[in-house]
Amino acid sequence: MTKFTFTEKKDTRSGFGAGLHELGKQYENVVALCADLTGSLKMDAFKRDFPERFFQVGIAEANMMGLAAGMTIGGKIPFTGTFANFSTGRVYDQIRQSIAYSGKNVKICASHAGVTLGEDGATHQILEDIGMMKMLPGMTVIVPCDYNQTKAATLALGKHIGPTYLRFGRPSWPIFITPDRPFTIGKADTMIEGKDVSIFACGHLVWQAIEAEEKLAAKGISAEIINVHTIKPIDVQAILESVQKTKCAVTCEEHQINGGLGDSVAQILARFFPAPIEMVAVNDSFGESGTPAQLLKKYGLSPENIIEAAQKAIQRKG
Amino acid sequence: MPNQPDLAYLEKLASQIRRDIVRMVHACQSGHPGGSLGCTDFFVALYFHILKHNPNFNINGNGEDLFFLSNGHISPVWYSTLAHAGYFEVKELATFRMLNTRLQGHPATHEHLPGIRIASGSLGQGLSVALGAAQTKKLNKDNQLVFVLMGDGEQQEGQVWEAAMYAAHNKMDNVIATIDYNGQQIDGPVDKILSLLDLKAKWEAFGWIVNEFDGNKMEDVIKGLAVAKSLTGKGKPVMNLMKTVMGFGVDYMMGSHKWHGAAPNDEELKLALAQLEETIGDY
Repeated sequence: MTKFTFTEKKDTRSGFGAGLHELGKQYENVVALCADLTGSLKMDAFKRDFPERFFQVGIAEANMMGLAAGMTIGGKIPFTGTFANFSTGRVYDQIRQSIAYSGKNVKICASHAGVTLGEDGATHQILEDIGMMKMLPGMTVIVPCDYNQTKAATLALGKHIGPTYLRFGRPSWPIFITPDRPFTIGKADTMIEGKDVSIFACGHLVWQAIEAEEKLAAKGISAEIINVHTIKPIDVQAILESVQKTKCAVTCEEHQINGGLGDSVAQILARFFPAPIEMVAVNDSFGESGTPAQLLKKYGLSPENIIEAAQKAIQRKG
Repeated sequence: MPNQPDLAYLEKLASQIRRDIVRMVHACQSGHPGGSLGCTDFFVALYFHILKHNPNFNINGNGEDLFFLSNGHISPVWYSTLAHAGYFEVKELATFRMLNTRLQGHPATHEHLPGIRIASGSLGQGLSVALGAAQTKKLNKDNQLVFVLMGDGEQQEGQVWEAAMYAAHNKMDNVIATIDYNGQQIDGPVDKILSLLDLKAKWEAFGWIVNEFDGNKMEDVIKGLAVAKSLTGKGKPVMNLMKTVMGFGVDYMMGSHKWHGAAPNDEELKLALAQLEETIGDY
């Protein structure tokens, strides 16, 4: 069985920056827009090598979304870059009308999602974005888990057609996915096989789930770890196959308990295979300032919370 | 596109399109006749004299002039114009706002109606979209122009001014925007709701070339748009402040916000049609 370890840490936003730079080389019609956060989004390399295809829009995110939608007319593939908060809630109506309803091939790339943004606090720590974006008809929602997977996801968007939300983050985080590991939009990745409980995770919480799995194994519990990097369209088959085997589920995400991965998995189980489900997520509250590690602990997103949730789900199987 | 417009023909078209607008809105008992009637001369001038466009529709519009309607609620005038220009059959106008129609209440790409390149209706977004399309034209070395129409009440949306700054900063001189300056919005006169003060000075201060003309005299609209075209390519975006009368052509609708979004009843329809000559045939 694969053992996941890491020797290096890097931020997932750098994976986006590297992927975007590579896309710039591969596709002449890829363009990038940024709302005064070029450094934070790691878009410098693209800007340096493709200056004529890089558009600095200033602190004007609504205009950026409209520009991106318009740029598709004539054949460009626009990638917008700003913080997740300003990529979603601030511009929801622009995305809804000009991008999603209009079916435009815009890639909305969002960094600094979740509490791991850290010290900037709740104004910037969006925990509702997955919910907002997955509600939009036709929107693809991707939440990769580490540097390599964020790069792979960004590269995959070059060939993917349709409006997409790509969510990543700020903190330095273990790199545990090998660069050659296949990444397919819409196909969940079973990282570790198990038989007692299915743990579905996305984003930074995939690593927390992998840490939890080791400790669960030490307690004699066999957990299956599934990386659900695509929240929409969600891999119904992979989720059902796993829970039909384990008979219970845990979901893990750096997001509100309302509207995120947990909601999507619960909906599938309720409709097709009712089974106990526990959710590791932020429980209807805003975040606050602190270090990423402190915040993950305070808001119930640590490996210990996953272990507890797994034990509870197993107990509820009856 | 002929150099000398056939004004008599364009005026006939405008009269027919105004009849279409009133009949469409009456048939479904909803929609926005006021702004549609006020902008009819502009649409006719644009599609039948100014724009280089192809009714055999391609959404990318490479090598064509593009038009975007930001104030999407005046969809009746756009639909009728597109139909008469050959984008789809005129008889389809009878389906406006009805279940399963391609002629949605506000313009949309979702049902693939030829002529529409983006959804609009939620105000303030069209200028940004037009600038994006114009930016792509510049990247593609496509020298055709991008036109966009906005409402004057719409100027109250903050996004319009984000886009205004972007256009001037990036020297978007392949864009011609127009404001339907009729002084009315849903709740009343614009000056009483949220005054725009000196709109010309505002756009000039934002770095645009401002061009003014009367939007309800065909000859003036043609001249005004020709002047606007002559102002492109000079490193600055161009804004037309087009004075119109809401409801133009139907006496009881003229100049009143009450007909912004209200449909005439049977009696009112008769009154309206009596004032609008049927020139090339009702759908």
